[in-house]
Amino acid sequence: MSTINNSRRNFIKTAGTLAIGTTLPISLVELAFAESSQNFTFAYISDAHIQHIKDNRFVRNWDRGLIRAVAETNLLTPKPDFVMFGGDLAQLGSKPELDHGAEILSALHGNVHYVMGEHDYYLDLGEYWGKLFGPQYYSFDHKGVHFVVLNSIKTYDDWTFKRWPTAEQRMLEMADLDNPNGSPFMVGEEQRVWLKDDLDKIDKDTPVVVFSHSPLQKIYKGWNFWTEDADQVQALLQPFNKVSVIYGHVHQIQYNQIGNISFNSVMATAWPWPYPQAYAQAEQYLPKLTVPMNRADPFFDRDATGWQFINLANGNLDLDYTLYNNTSRIVRYNTDKKRPEDVAYQDEKARIVPQTHY
Amino acid sequence: MSTYQKIAMALCLAFASTGSSLADEFTEADVQRWQQQFMVVVGEGRELWTSPKLGTNGVACAQCHPNAANTHPETYPKFQKQLGKVVPLWQMINWCLKNPLEGQPLAADDPKMTALQAYVTYERRGVKLEPGKH
Repeated sequence: MSTINNSRRNFIKTAGTLAIGTTLPISLVELAFAESSQNFTFAYISDAHIQHIKDNRFVRNWDRGLIRAVAETNLLTPKPDFVMFGGDLAQLGSKPELDHGAEILSALHGNVHYVMGEHDYYLDLGEYWGKLFGPQYYSFDHKGVHFVVLNSIKTYDDWTFKRWPTAEQRMLEMADLDNPNGSPFMVGEEQRVWLKDDLDKIDKDTPVVVFSHSPLQKIYKGWNFWTEDADQVQALLQPFNKVSVIYGHVHQIQYNQIGNISFNSVMATAWPWPYPQAYAQAEQYLPKLTVPMNRADPFFDRDATGWQFINLANGNLDLDYTLYNNTSRIVRYNTDKKRPEDVAYQDEKARIVPQTHY
Repeated sequence: MSTYQKIAMALCLAFASTGSSLADEFTEADVQRWQQQFMVVVGEGRELWTSPKLGTNGVACAQCHPNAANTHPETYPKFQKQLGKVVPLWQMINWCLKNPLEGQPLAADDPKMTALQAYVTYERRGVKLEPGKH
């Protein structure tokens, strides 16, 4: 934790000089090991939803979120080893949106790895995205950690290939979060076979970090806070001693522990979403462990978007969320209880009124 | 019989002869028809809620409020701290139309405003009324 505190202080000093405030809509991820020379950080930006209006016009609100994240990521001290983008760069998967988003992201210093989101995918099934950003699923090793990127937003072939008269309609149907014509997300057999093969080569003591767009756990099916084959993917990950899944899509703080697997969501740069319990008709399973973030105030464009430092101390995740217009949150892995917990608010009696969602 | 009574009698006869129903009597079919009328307007509201056409920048209400969640129609009218006064739901809807949607506000009795409120309230059916709750 000491390294992370240093890096945060350094960042805030830099930011203060430039008078841009003390919050970032990105995640700084720090992997701290017993051998401190092996420590490293990476940043995480997600869910930008760049939205084309027409001609050269884009929705300003969403543009500003991503532009700010990129600018502030570039100010991080120490410099992150790489940057993750967690998916949904575009709103409707079009070339203008992906190009405009890619141009904003091109200002980032250093390597960027990309995760596919459904808003990037369902127009051309990732073809143009692939030209810009590369493969839809892959793995890489960095300083002793095995990283896996999955495309978790695929769905049944029948829905993808046979249901809709045009690609544009398919994209629109999947873009509406609450659309009853949508279809559940899944990793799919092809990637599960690949994942098994990929993980077979990895020692069970190697920390594994998996990036997906949708939660690799089942929370609320109606909004695809859900991955249909999550149980099968989890089964492939459980044999590892230290596994972390980081996902976007939900535009809110969530965390959970299932067996050896820690789950943590990251913030969106675009807008926040309600917790599913705010939909009175929903049957939903928000992890009991999750203490929700404060209810968003729409009068602040960037409220309920934010950033987090993530410290992978000895292979387990600690998250330090800094939220726009809100008090910081720290979710730290409790090594005794073997689960992530909010440092200030985990106890029922410690919760504050704005964390009540209804 | 007074003049007044004569008029009343004449009216009664007129209604009886045209077969008009009494004001306080309605059938199951009537109830179903009214519910159907309501659901048509709810459907129009859902259409508007998910449509990019209410604003000018392509943003739809449902982008931030899937299934109209986090709109809390059961709590209005209430003190809206950002506006500094007690407002009904339609004024908050207009705030959203003007700001995130970069569009024009609707009149309180605009059929589109009625439809939006019908949809939002329908999605909260079953939740108890708590006017004023923040």
